Amino acid sequence: MAVCIAVIAKENYPLYIRSVPTQNELKFHYTVHTSLDVVEEKISAVGKSLGDQRELYLGLLYPTEDYKVYGYVTNSKVKFVIVVDSSNTSLRDNEIRSMFRKLHNSFTDVMCNPFHNPGDPIQSKAFDGIVSGMMVQTG
Amino acid sequence: MECLKICFLVILVPGPVTGDGMWSHSPPPPGQESWVSFTADTPPSSTLPAMHPSSVQESTTIRTVASAATTNEIQRQSSTYDDPWKITDEQRQYYINQFKTIQPDLTGFIPGSAAKEFFTKSKLPILELSHIWELSDFDKDGALTLDEFCAAFHLVVARKNGYDLPEKLPESLMPKLIDLDDSAEVPESTADVGYSASPVEVTPNKSPSMPSLNQAWPEMNQSNEQWETFSERSSSSQTLTQFDSNIAPADPDTAIVHPVPIRMTPSKIHMQEMELKRTGSDHNHPTSPLLAKPPELSEEAKLPASMKFVAANAVGDGYSSSDSFTSDQEPITRQRSQSGTSPEALKVVAPPPPPPRPHPSHSRSSSLDMNRTFAATSATGQPQSSTIAYPPAVPPRPLPTQTSAPLTGHRVEAEGVSGGGAVLTTTSPQQIPQQPNFADFSQFQAFAASEQPSSLPEVDKHSEAGQADKAPEGAGPLRTVKSDGQADERASATVNSTKGSSGPLAPPPKPVRRRLKSEDELRPEDEQHGPQKSNVIAAVLATQPSIPRSVGKDKKAIQASIRRNKETNTVLARLNSELQQQLKDLLEERISLEVQLEQLRPFSHL
Repeated sequence: MAVCIAVIAKENYPLYIRSVPTQNELKFHYTVHTSLDVVEEKISAVGKSLGDQRELYLGLLYPTEDYKVYGYVTNSKVKFVIVVDSSNTSLRDNEIRSMFRKLHNSFTDVMCNPFHNPGDPIQSKAFDGIVSGMMVQTG
Repeated sequence: MECLKICFLVILVPGPVTGDGMWSHSPPPPGQESWVSFTADTPPSSTLPAMHPSSVQESTTIRTVASAATTNEIQRQSSTYDDPWKITDEQRQYYINQFKTIQPDLTGFIPGSAAKEFFTKSKLPILELSHIWELSDFDKDGALTLDEFCAAFHLVVARKNGYDLPEKLPESLMPKLIDLDDSAEVPESTADVGYSASPVEVTPNKSPSMPSLNQAWPEMNQSNEQWETFSERSSSSQTLTQFDSNIAPADPDTAIVHPVPIRMTPSKIHMQEMELKRTGSDHNHPTSPLLAKPPELSEEAKLPASMKFVAANAVGDGYSSSDSFTSDQEPITRQRSQSGTSPEALKVVAPPPPPPRPHPSHSRSSSLDMNRTFAATSATGQPQSSTIAYPPAVPPRPLPTQTSAPLTGHRVEAEGVSGGGAVLTTTSPQQIPQQPNFADFSQFQAFAASEQPSSLPEVDKHSEAGQADKAPEGAGPLRTVKSDGQADERASATVNSTKGSSGPLAPPPKPVRRRLKSEDELRPEDEQHGPQKSNVIAAVLATQPSIPRSVGKDKKAIQASIRRNKETNTVLARLNSELQQQLKDLLEERISLEVQLEQLRPFSHL
């Protein structure tokens, strides 16, 4: 499934990032960082009706030879990025959407926690659990 | 008092890793004091220690001591396998009191911020508090109900005592506790042993945790529905990931939790939605059997953590039970509604096609058009018929002839053409001009005689022609109604003509005389003509009023009269022209005669 999952705050710094092959994380971090440009581009593209009409699911941001990057942005400008291995038989778009949905739900739960300050790194075990569930099981 | 509180803590730790011995009625660890201070009330009974983890600990003595309160509790304790996490009644009461300090209404919520402040006093690290919150806020609404608060408090206390926080909320801490806690339980002798490791084992023991649900199985009968609801509710939360795939669409589940408006009016879109919902509900249902499975499993794995599920089922409390019922009912009702609407929708299939539009054509407009056309046709027909009626068959033109003899025939013919009867014929010989010179006159006379609306006198060729022309003209427009009048006119004319003709009957010996006579004749003829004309006109006029004044015939009558007038006008005009010609001729003759006279006179002058 997912090779790397990242949550980026509104100010474009990561709140949470985790990748399965713990080695080579730097590559994924870099990929996620570059994908933010594409996300910004997509966000600014739909400038007319801000918010409501804008689709949360951004879809495939850009594919590389090794993997594909999918993006999702919430109404509060928190971005979720999922990196999927290309060799993995293509996950259907619906599956990606469901993954994002789960992520969003977990993130909401985290946000609901009064002890969590927005902008702090996410240290919720529940959230971790969700993410782990979505990560490639091989890891 | 403090000791009692300590006892609280003691209870929590059945076989804790740290300080087993400490807990039993031992002075509170230093860290507790602060915590203790923050608690207001103190449970009175010293039974506390005995209450709780008796199952874990085999201290019957403690039990007996502690469980003075209720035999039920003792039973619970003896039976409870789970529980380091179980909340005793005293504890619960304590928590409730604490809850009241924040929220007087026991059925109300404690907002997250207040809870945060409250629990921050326990001096636990934020991270742990956050985790505790995650565990305790079962419905993830950012607020704590009484049960949630109790659970959170309980976890705080446990943590305070060095107890590691579980990964999953212990079933006993699940909202709706205690009452259903009794359960069944399979006593866990190994609970103790395993307990210290329980927090650690919790996560790995997901599968055994499920089986442990059976413990509460007997109790769960009551809360079966609650299970299902819980599964739905907790789907998005710390539910076992194993179910995630099944419950997978946490969103759809949660989304479905709220009542979904269902259109009663079928529509394609609606039907699609309904189908989707049905499938979603189907998805939901499999969870229930899954949930049912765990209780069936008769293992008892101690681990309370796993019980989250079980607890959900096991515990049925007022608040959450109500929720579960409502939420449970919702899907059921929803399904019912869906099922109800689905067949309806199927029956209806599609909105009945609108009644076929009336033909744009051939409706009123068309009919009107047709009517109009018909009316037009009829109208045209009528006028046509009327018009057709107008021009009656044109009588054949009389052959114009100038001979006197044939004149009579002419006249006869003319008369005949005009429709004159034998009367005219009889009179015609009388009218025969005895002099060829007066043929004109005779013709004129005949013309005058025939100068009736119906009959036209024949004077000359043109007069005859005119007569001929006029005859049909006169005959054409005239109607049978007027034919009588014509007959009368003719009769009068003929009478006049006869009278007039009597004068010229005596041929003048001399042309002068003839001329004079002719003149005289002319005069009387004129007079005759005049009277004839006048008679004619009078006759015409007379005939006009005779026309019956019928609504339908007014137009025709007027038209007929108009035509007659026109005819008379034309006739009179011709008469005038002819008379003038005759006048010219006469003048010429006079001149010639005077010349002759002058030629003769010179001889007389000799």
